[in-house]
Amino acid sequence: MESGERQGDCKQVFALLSEYLDAELSPAGCEEIRAHLAGCPPCIEFLESLKRTIRLCHRSESAEAPPLAPETREQLLAAYRKALRGRT
Amino acid sequence: MAGDQGAFDRFVEVFHSKIFQYALLMCGQREDAEEVAQDTLFKVFENIDQLREPERVRPWVFRIARNACYMKRRKSVFAPTQELSLDDLLPHSEQEGGHRKLEIADWSALPDDQVLRAELRDVIRQAIRELPEIYRSVILLRDVEQLNTDEAAQVLDITPESVKTRLHRARLAVRQKLDRYLRTVQSGGKER
Repeated sequence: MESGERQGDCKQVFALLSEYLDAELSPAGCEEIRAHLAGCPPCIEFLESLKRTIRLCHRSESAEAPPLAPETREQLLAAYRKALRGRT
Repeated sequence: MAGDQGAFDRFVEVFHSKIFQYALLMCGQREDAEEVAQDTLFKVFENIDQLREPERVRPWVFRIARNACYMKRRKSVFAPTQELSLDDLLPHSEQEGGHRKLEIADWSALPDDQVLRAELRDVIRQAIRELPEIYRSVILLRDVEQLNTDEAAQVLDITPESVKTRLHRARLAVRQKLDRYLRTVQSGGKER
């Protein structure tokens, strides 16, 4: 049976999982997480679901942007050229 | 951006769609997102001479887009800021056969990322849309648009530490909604 202390460790790990996945933790922090994960299948399972969530978010774009009207595109190009002329 | 038509076309092709997607999830209305995308592109091209570091074009563009979204929000319903509690976003656990088991779905049953089903995509987008704005804005920049922490902090005018805190809670909230969806699907629609 796992102790309450162990579950407390899990909670601390949960709080740091995004920074761990984003490689934004210190080397010592990463080592602590890895050591905990090595003996905690529930945290590994949770970590995998979080990783999957991040990948799915990145792939979630769906709605197509409506095409710009030709006159809008012309106006944008004119603004761009004007700004470039101002720079030279 | 080089001063030729090809560079202009490529820029519009890439950023028009990205800004529209961002604005759609920020503002919630297609008409607002179309206006934000156009307004942002006008501001970008009118002020392109102010872009001193071309490698920072993405945070610069999204900062303009974010401001355009805020202008839209002022005209619509202003949602008060809600804080997400870490404790509410963690899964429950139970003891089973002497081991602790989390009450979470079988994530291995998800379809391959390359063939993301429309229904699942809708669940994700809905989960992002339902996040309080301070979390939604961070997850859109970091996980959907893949800006780094410093770039997102620059866009949102907050510290990198705040970006990390909000991003983690946003991811946990989206994960929780996806988990509920998967559990419902896996139980044949009986679980909620």
